[in-house]
Amino acid sequence: MESTSSLLQKQQKRSYYMWVVVFFLVIFTCLGSLYYCTLKIDYTWRWYRVPQYFFFNEEIEVRTDVAGSVEAIEETTDGTIIRINSDDGDSVDYAYPSKDVRLYEGDTVFEGDVLGSYREWRMGILLQGLWLTLKVSFIAIIFGIFLGLGAGLARISSNPAFKWLSITYIELVRGSPLLVQIFIWYFVLGTLVNTMLAQYGVSQIPPLWFGVASLATFTGAYVAEIVRSGIQSIHKGQTEASRSLGMTYTQSMYHVILPQAFIRIIPPLAGQFISLIKDSSLLGIIAIRELTKATREVVTTSLQPFELWFVCAILYLVLTFALSMLLQYLEKRMIHS
Amino acid sequence: MINVKNISKTFMVPHRVDALVDVSENIARGEVVVVIGPSGSGKSTFLRCLNRLETADKGKILIDGVDILHPKTDINKVRAEVGMVFQSFNLFPHKTVKNNVNLAQNVVRKRSSKEAEEITMALLDKVGIADKKNVYPDQLSGGQQQRVAIARALAMNPKAMLFDEPTSALDPEMIGEVLEVMKTLAKEGMTMAVVTHEMGFAREVADRVIFMDAGKIVEEGTPEHFFTNPSHDRTKLFLKQIL
Ligand SMILES: Nc1ncnc2c1ncn2[C@@H]1O[C@H](COP(=O)(O)OP(=O)(O)OP(=O)(O)O)[C@@H](O)[C@H]1O
Ligand SMILES: [Mg+2]
Repeated sequence: MESTSSLLQKQQKRSYYMWVVVFFLVIFTCLGSLYYCTLKIDYTWRWYRVPQYFFFNEEIEVRTDVAGSVEAIEETTDGTIIRINSDDGDSVDYAYPSKDVRLYEGDTVFEGDVLGSYREWRMGILLQGLWLTLKVSFIAIIFGIFLGLGAGLARISSNPAFKWLSITYIELVRGSPLLVQIFIWYFVLGTLVNTMLAQYGVSQIPPLWFGVASLATFTGAYVAEIVRSGIQSIHKGQTEASRSLGMTYTQSMYHVILPQAFIRIIPPLAGQFISLIKDSSLLGIIAIRELTKATREVVTTSLQPFELWFVCAILYLVLTFALSMLLQYLEKRMIHS
Repeated sequence: MINVKNISKTFMVPHRVDALVDVSENIARGEVVVVIGPSGSGKSTFLRCLNRLETADKGKILIDGVDILHPKTDINKVRAEVGMVFQSFNLFPHKTVKNNVNLAQNVVRKRSSKEAEEITMALLDKVGIADKKNVYPDQLSGGQQQRVAIARALAMNPKAMLFDEPTSALDPEMIGEVLEVMKTLAKEGMTMAVVTHEMGFAREVADRVIFMDAGKIVEEGTPEHFFTNPSHDRTKLFLKQIL
């Protein structure tokens, strides 16, 4: 005869597994009905078309820039060197990494004639977009950290100039949509700066940097609030103890308060940086071809929107997941050290 | 050593409290003064005014001849000369015991790591906790933490020490070890101002006892005077309640 407690355990286990099954049922029903609907509208899934937008093998033709005659064709271990004796009397070498040769020694060539070709792997547009998203986010995060740290410290300072400047900055940024801020950075500040630069004959700043600036200032304001609450979460006694030993405000911040605050602010910072990566998708509207804009362009040429938008979402997921893993690792290391 | 002349301190937030009202007091070099009084009577505020953790609104405070309320005074220099020990220890949780004691020696006293290390080890030895030098504060008992906090303050070679209820947060069995360290300090001639409810300590160690109530010093005198025939009714009432 089984004890009632083991019966209870058995029942709890059974109900647990039942809900696991429910979970998978819900997931598969969602995917299944999605697939069913696409069949209904005669959508053809062509996943095999997706990889070319990551990497593709391009044929590159080697052309001569001079007119003359082919003096020598030399096959080397890793390609071909073609020497052309130009009409001006110089000899010019063309080397490329393949054995494909389109002409013979002694042939006459004109400017722009194809000498041969080779194939090369190129980064596809999606991968370029992913790389740009990564780059933009990374730079914006770095600047955002410094801006946020500065503004956060200014926010709790007793100096009214620092404090009010910081409050103004934080409230302005947090009170308006990022999209509007991107427009302001690009169409207002960007126009002002670039027009002034043009007047002095200096080269223009590309849109990318205004995009980065908008993301960095946006993130900086949120980081400032995170830094502020992180510092304020450290017990007042820590400041009192360090100051009572004769440390200055700066020394006490640097040696005692910030090291403790940093461990606490890592999780909210991770959330903020994940938002930043996702928000960088808005930069497409000022002609920065980050991942979302790249996907949109590919969709219009490939006509495979379903696959590509899913891929796009998954790529963002990979980025944000990697970032949150990295920060978790950092947090663990800081706690252990 | 410590000369306090007519200081007052009023807190406005969250509501008006006259924490200190026209308090004057002189503490001589090597003197041990114990401050007692009911909760909210201004004992902590008095102590914290002495190293300007609170700034007195009125009056004058001289520490070893330095007017600490003068705008030109470098308060950090004064604070390094006046050690403070808190009820809640306030050790730096992200640093080991050794580094808790080292830190201010490095950044305030600018001692070399080697010199600081030697001083630290001597002090940890003195407070009886040298074997825990590489441990983090959260692995120590309250009594051990408070002894480290005392060592940390002593590492600055202070001319005076302020203790704000150093044993109030401790389990009864740990109070003794902390008081023992304080007694040793007193014997060595340290100038000390101690807020405490440990009447045994007051009786045994204090040169003078001060009784505060409602922001004022109501009565002061030798321990014998206090514990045998206090003159004020409020003092009598207070002593009756706690003894
Ligand atoms: N930072 C502060 N802001 C506002 N009021 C304060 C502050 N510090 C102390 N007070 C008030 O001043 C009065 C005196 O406080 P204080 O801490 O000096 O008393 P105490 O004698 O140390 O009491 P306890 O035995 O409870 O520690 C109290 O009424 C307290 O509420
Ligand atoms: Mg107190």
